[in-house]
Amino acid sequence: MSVPLTYYLILGAAVFCIGLYGALVRRNAVGILMALELMLNAVNINLVAFSRAVTPGLLTGQVFALFVIAVAAAEAAVGLAIIIALYRSKRTVNADEVDLMKG
Amino acid sequence: MDIPLLVFLALAVVTVIGALGTVLMRNIVHSALFLIVSFVGVAGIYVLLEADFLFAIQILIYVGAVATLILFGVMLTRGVRGEQPQLNNQFLPAAIMAILLFVVVLVPVILNSIWPSSTQQAPTATTALLGQELMGTYALPFEVAGVLLLIALVGAIIVAREH
Amino acid sequence: MDAINNLFPNLSAALDSLLRRFLPGTVVDIVMMLVSIVTILLLLPVVFLIMTYLERKIVARIQDRWGPNRAGPWGILQPFADMIKMFTKEDIVPAKADKIIHFLAPVIVAALPFIAFTVIPFGRGMIGRDLNIGILFIVAVTSPAAIGILMAGWGSNNKYSLLGGMRAVAQLVSYEVPMGLSILVIVMLAGSLSMQKIVEAQSGPGNLGIGWFIFAIPVGPIAFFTYFFSAVAETNRAPFDIPEGESEIVAGYHTEYTGMKFGLFQMGEYVSVFGQSCIVTTLFFGGWQGPLLPPYVWFFLKAFAVVFVFMWLRGTLPRLRVDELMGFAWKFMVPLSLANIFLTGILIRLVQIIS
Repeated sequence: MSVPLTYYLILGAAVFCIGLYGALVRRNAVGILMALELMLNAVNINLVAFSRAVTPGLLTGQVFALFVIAVAAAEAAVGLAIIIALYRSKRTVNADEVDLMKG
Repeated sequence: MDIPLLVFLALAVVTVIGALGTVLMRNIVHSALFLIVSFVGVAGIYVLLEADFLFAIQILIYVGAVATLILFGVMLTRGVRGEQPQLNNQFLPAAIMAILLFVVVLVPVILNSIWPSSTQQAPTATTALLGQELMGTYALPFEVAGVLLLIALVGAIIVAREH
Repeated sequence: MDAINNLFPNLSAALDSLLRRFLPGTVVDIVMMLVSIVTILLLLPVVFLIMTYLERKIVARIQDRWGPNRAGPWGILQPFADMIKMFTKEDIVPAKADKIIHFLAPVIVAALPFIAFTVIPFGRGMIGRDLNIGILFIVAVTSPAAIGILMAGWGSNNKYSLLGGMRAVAQLVSYEVPMGLSILVIVMLAGSLSMQKIVEAQSGPGNLGIGWFIFAIPVGPIAFFTYFFSAVAETNRAPFDIPEGESEIVAGYHTEYTGMKFGLFQMGEYVSVFGQSCIVTTLFFGGWQGPLLPPYVWFFLKAFAVVFVFMWLRGTLPRLRVDELMGFAWKFMVPLSLANIFLTGILIRLVQIIS
């Protein structure tokens, strides 16, 4: 591996932390979803990097990353459907204003 | 300075700039476009890691489908034409502290651990191998993923339908 | 004979050995890559100009009129007149439009089809880079065009543009599915995703075209049918041109674009039509194979024959309504291509058992 493994892990950690910041801090629900996708991408980088570094012939990490991509796509679809339904009934996508169940 | 390292640095910069743009931009459409930049950066990283099939799938699925979906979502839920007055909610200082803590713990762990490594050559054509693994060892998760996608498809249509 | 057939690979090998005497190894590799990139980038706008002229002439003749015949003999200078017009028109940006998005959208739509030409085999040994995910790379690289169109529709700050953009994206995304499934049939028959291997798998006896995948009854013609009509829909050509339907919603997503930006949209569309024609000839008509003539001549002949069929369809068929278009994709093409894959699998297995 010409680029050391730790470089990929640091990149994955950086993107994950940026995504975590976005998920915690954004008000727009679609913004939170986008930050979530960033976190999933960071996880994928880690998986593929480990697969390449530790067992290059087995491709286990790549299979795992493929499943993560599939599940992330499904989750984005359902999440956006919920946001659209919410927008239709409450005319807002601000995550702070959706507090009907608040005690 | 050899070429793979330079390429890695360029792709890492692109990915991180895309990620920062996604979470820091005020205009949510610009945010979505920076997310696409980040996806393309990650696809480049896959090429560097010799995962050629995954590179094509990343562009096809994430940029071609998920990003389009997110853009549709953004365009259908825009209220007044203009940016939101306040980007962040009230958890900003707490979030920054939590993330700094996370980074302070994670980076030393990464740098100081001794990772197992192997000098085996990576296969040049991963598609056939991935296909064999998906149909062989991982046949059950493959089927479950198919059912999951079907459920997500039907569920999304039902939830977003106009009554 | 062999010298003419291998003209371009020989030229490139000669250039490579010439450069290696003066420059170090890696620089020569980079220079050779740049040479092939620049060749493709110079070739495609020329093809674009030829295609604009051909389109107007062919559609005009189908409609029983002359077509452009003022600019030069038989109207041959018409593309140059169009080019001058595009360059000198005023560039109008709508008032409240998002300037960056409005600017980037035609760039994305115009630039993406060029990337696909990296893996198209123009002749024996004439391919930019023979990736082992060749055809998947092409499918992957043509899918973000939807984003460009959505950006064009959104960045114009115009309800008709946005509506046109959304309908165009729905159409693009829907027709990617039968496209991918038809390609899967070809990949199963050829045993590889690499474009050169797909061409080589079609070499039947004696260079007479018997081995072409379109003649692989019964799955070949069905795959050709589904792929070809998905390609027509993907490039927003008639009869699937609701997005740019001139008589329907003004001009759809490129209503607010003038001058060079509109020219970029047109270039993107024609280059992607040429790209899809090249892919169709590679996948179904044996690529560069053929008797007597050099391989690259055969390739361009076949590709332009498919381009002619694209233009023929435009002049002949009426436009499909948007619900008919989507119904055609999801209720007809997708089940047909899925059944086709199933049939191909069974036939391949039967052939394996018999032989």
